[in-house]
Amino acid sequence: MENRNLISITDLSAGEIDEMIKLADDIIADPEAYSEACRRKKLATLFFEPSTRTRLSFEAAMLDLGGNVLGFSSADSSSVSKGESVSDTIRVIGNYVDIIAMRHPKEGAPTVAAARSIVPIINAGDGGHFHPTQTLTDLLTISRKIGRLDNITIGLCGDLQFGRTVHSLIEAMLRYENVKFVLISPEELRVPSYIIDKIRDAGTEYKEVTKMEDVMGELDVLYMTRVQKERFFNEADYVRLKDTYILDAEKMQLAKDDMIVMHPLPRVNEIAVEVDSDPRACYFDQTLYGKYIRMALILTLLGIGRNGKKA
Amino acid sequence: MNIDGVSTGIVLDHIQAGKSMQIYELLELDKLSCSVAVVQNARSTKYGKKDIIKIDALIDLDLDVLGYVDPNITVDIIKDSKLIEKKHVALPETLTNVIKCKNPRCITSVEHGIDQKFRLTDKEKKIYRCCYCDAEFKV
Ligand SMILES: [Zn+2]
Repeated sequence: MENRNLISITDLSAGEIDEMIKLADDIIADPEAYSEACRRKKLATLFFEPSTRTRLSFEAAMLDLGGNVLGFSSADSSSVSKGESVSDTIRVIGNYVDIIAMRHPKEGAPTVAAARSIVPIINAGDGGHFHPTQTLTDLLTISRKIGRLDNITIGLCGDLQFGRTVHSLIEAMLRYENVKFVLISPEELRVPSYIIDKIRDAGTEYKEVTKMEDVMGELDVLYMTRVQKERFFNEADYVRLKDTYILDAEKMQLAKDDMIVMHPLPRVNEIAVEVDSDPRACYFDQTLYGKYIRMALILTLLGIGRNGKKA
Repeated sequence: MNIDGVSTGIVLDHIQAGKSMQIYELLELDKLSCSVAVVQNARSTKYGKKDIIKIDALIDLDLDVLGYVDPNITVDIIKDSKLIEKKHVALPETLTNVIKCKNPRCITSVEHGIDQKFRLTDKEKKIYRCCYCDAEFKV
């Protein structure tokens, strides 16, 4: 894995993901052993569009590894505002750092960067296209909270048509044995047919439903996403549907005692605040796991192991 | 130039009628110094009508472009009035700088100096996807 890039979650084999989860588990168990692992190493966070949470997660990860960070948090504060291309920016900054995490509003920008870069590129989100570290975060969360990634019934709820986190989580979970998908969405926002084709090709069980209440009791994981108002053709449809996809304490009563609730955050109103105190709510832990899996990713791409030794 | 025969050069035969000008443009045949003849609506025993392009020199041809426009095209290489090689083309696995990504959110819409690259993802449906943004392009 050393010196590779992470553009899409499918760049990683199931074996490589398992290794990374194991490494994250080890970091969580013994953070001291990694606190100097990236001493004298630098991570650049190049955020051509702002995303404070993702950027801080990367920076916290590198700092917890004893490394340093530099970068920019929006295109206005970078040379991009003067019209510099992604290729040129990467060629310059690659000379200063050991690894780059970049976010860009245009789809495919990290592929352009990777072609020019002498250091590993991590895609921290390219428009509506990919966000592989979110998927790694989701996988680590499921693995930590459920204790496995196979034999799971996972409910995905909300806008399943445009939700990129949902699509890549499906693609990643397809590789595990005996996973079952329950796709909960309005008719208008169902999973696109090319993703359904992939589920079918993998021989994975799935069903599509419109009401959360009908399936709550079956789920091991409930992955919530936002239903954006602007996705609807008219106000009436939005008003009719929006409450169906709001998770509250009443709906939680229908769920198993050991089900977990996940959400990529930020949420708007799709999870009622009253659910936060439910022990099954995992979305804030999820952000903490996001830092740990990014630590594991940085180490893996730099070829560094425990105590800063070569992996 | 004798358009019935080429003494040394290339004949692109069995082009689907009407597609010769697209090939002429994609291969930039207007930039050649040798003579080029485009025959449209020639009679074909196999397809009814066809187009033919005759190039009066042995030049390097991008066979991927031909395969993309029409995989039934045959390429005849002629030397001293003899057919020395007959090449068949196929729908190429990758396309570089032949088609442009139409996704306005794609990095290729703003970044200068990068190749427009596509990969074939569905042979039967003839679907290509942009190597950057994965947007679909149907032939
Ligand atoms: Zn594209």
